Amino acid sequence: MSRINSCFEKLGQQGRKALIPYITAGDPSPAVSVPLMHALVEAGADIIELGVPFSDPMADGPVIQLACERALEHNVRLVDVLEMVREFRQKDGETPVVLMGYLNPVEVLGYDNFASQAAAAGVDGVLTVDLPPEEAGEFGEALRANGLDCIYLLAPTTTEQRIQHICDSGSGYVYYVSVKGVTGSASLDVQAVAEKLDLVRKYTDMPIGVGFGIGTAEAAKAVSAVADGVIVGSVLVKQIAALADDQEKIPEKVAAIIAEMRAAMNA
Amino acid sequence: MSTKFDLAAMKELPDSSGHFGPYGGRFVSETLMAALSQLEQTYEKLKNDPDFQAEFDKDLAYYVGRPSPLYHAERLSREVGGAQIYLKREDLNHTGAHKVNNTIGQALLAKYTGKPRVIAETGAGQHGVASATVAARLGLECQVYMGAEDVERQKLNVYRMKLLGAEVIPVESGTRTLKDALNEAMRDWVTNVDNTFYIIGTAAGPHPYPMLVRDFQAVIGREARQQCLAQTGRLPDALVACVGGGSNAIGLFHPFIGDETVRMIGVEAGGHGLETGAHAAPLCAGRPGVLHGNRTYLMEDDAGQIIGTHSVSAGLDYPGVGPEHAWLKDAGRAEYVAINDDEAMNAFRTLTQVEGIMPALESSHAVAHAMKMAADMDKDQILVVNLSGRGDKDIHTVAQIDGIIV
Repeated sequence: MSRINSCFEKLGQQGRKALIPYITAGDPSPAVSVPLMHALVEAGADIIELGVPFSDPMADGPVIQLACERALEHNVRLVDVLEMVREFRQKDGETPVVLMGYLNPVEVLGYDNFASQAAAAGVDGVLTVDLPPEEAGEFGEALRANGLDCIYLLAPTTTEQRIQHICDSGSGYVYYVSVKGVTGSASLDVQAVAEKLDLVRKYTDMPIGVGFGIGTAEAAKAVSAVADGVIVGSVLVKQIAALADDQEKIPEKVAAIIAEMRAAMNA
Repeated sequence: MSTKFDLAAMKELPDSSGHFGPYGGRFVSETLMAALSQLEQTYEKLKNDPDFQAEFDKDLAYYVGRPSPLYHAERLSREVGGAQIYLKREDLNHTGAHKVNNTIGQALLAKYTGKPRVIAETGAGQHGVASATVAARLGLECQVYMGAEDVERQKLNVYRMKLLGAEVIPVESGTRTLKDALNEAMRDWVTNVDNTFYIIGTAAGPHPYPMLVRDFQAVIGREARQQCLAQTGRLPDALVACVGGGSNAIGLFHPFIGDETVRMIGVEAGGHGLETGAHAAPLCAGRPGVLHGNRTYLMEDDAGQIIGTHSVSAGLDYPGVGPEHAWLKDAGRAEYVAINDDEAMNAFRTLTQVEGIMPALESSHAVAHAMKMAADMDKDQILVVNLSGRGDKDIHTVAQIDGIIV
């Protein structure tokens, strides 16, 4: 069984929901990322979404755009991100790692080459923001052939017909984008999310993670009541940016946000 | 011209999923998928609707001032001493460039779909002005995203947009040019997708944009074909147009795709020279990748990051290109070359002095290459150049190069 599946199975048995932090790899410098990943796990993260920096992050708000720019100042490439996962795996063989990013850096490596390198590094799933299932035929095959989960987005605008198609195409979990907007948008409407998730569950048994616009422990708790996983990114990246000149403090301070969310979700 | 492909079939592209061969497609985040397929359905219905077409044709005739003339540049042809050079005068359109053909069409789509707000991205500002113009006429709210660097070098167009009632939003992220303006417009659209129509300015982006922008711009090629036949009794030997995103070029080329004897040459911005890396010529010096919703040729580094471009003309300063050009290149139906900043500036001056026509710096790239080509051709051969825009907006840039403050 994949790490992602066993993670959700274990959480289900414990009656808990997944807490899934997002950080941009190499932000604000490459040395920070692996210690930060370990600190997040210790603070209660169940899955880590590791952002692959891209020059043109079209679906991201200003917070994650700037994170990409900081990482790219250090020339952090997709292969460097894979190296970080390999290093993380030396100490942590259990926590699933999902790469989240855009298609073009993957195109350069080639789908099969990327998928086999990612699997070898210890990656569990891949979420490519600008790759809907309609365009993902070959890419999805390459991921499956290497035992990687292909995670897709669902949005408030996704039609019922597409929900079925997307759920049939993906594996691991589906990522429900809670608001119309970019990452870090204004706060979400939990009731509207709950209604949409009911609809999604008609079509899949896969766990559903909810992200975009979750910035507080209260919001994390509210979403965890209706979803299988809570994905938080911009609030962490903001804290990372604030400590760009004091990087030794980043793992502790960022993990504290996750610890608070974990406590609220468990309460 | 030899190609291993069926030209009639090539002219019918994109396929039903929006692909031109391996290029094009719909690479966007999930939030936009519904809006794009809705737009596709609306457009498929309206493009064969006689009322919609009649309204579009009427606007082109009475608002834009079409047909634009096909002008035999006799003095320029004599000076060059080769082929006869004809200029397709898109510079004479209302608002001063070919861009308005497309904004008229897309604004009609906005009207038919009942969206009260339009957004646009712009590089040189011509598409922004054309969008602000149609928005003013239809009473739509209009916001235009423009790279902060372009806001600085195209002040005149920024002010024109403001006068027309549009809000110009400078984009400070990334390289502060057209590609970043496009990113920001996409982010706006994701956020306001319910009430907003995104008027993309070039034949690129996610399906159906490359198709519908081409269809609206193809009036250029249809007119040029008829006018050339009427004036000379035959088809041209070659077509020349500048290519940034490539909407004026595809508009001229598309109606000629099936005319095997007509060469088609797209002219990219060579900047300081292809060998310097400081250019905006993805078809000449880039490779295929995925950006802004479509697969196409891009300027990128070894890790797949999009790199900064350079051109003296803001309208060509873009690291990608429309997907149909990518396919026409691979299929061997069209050729793509680059013209450097200096050569474009010389062509700007030559056309101004010899014909009394001041071309946009973008169009000057096409003029420069046409002059090179014509010199090696016979006097009875015919070259049609798309004079896609007029140069008034570039006076500041040219004066600055001359060391004059206007």
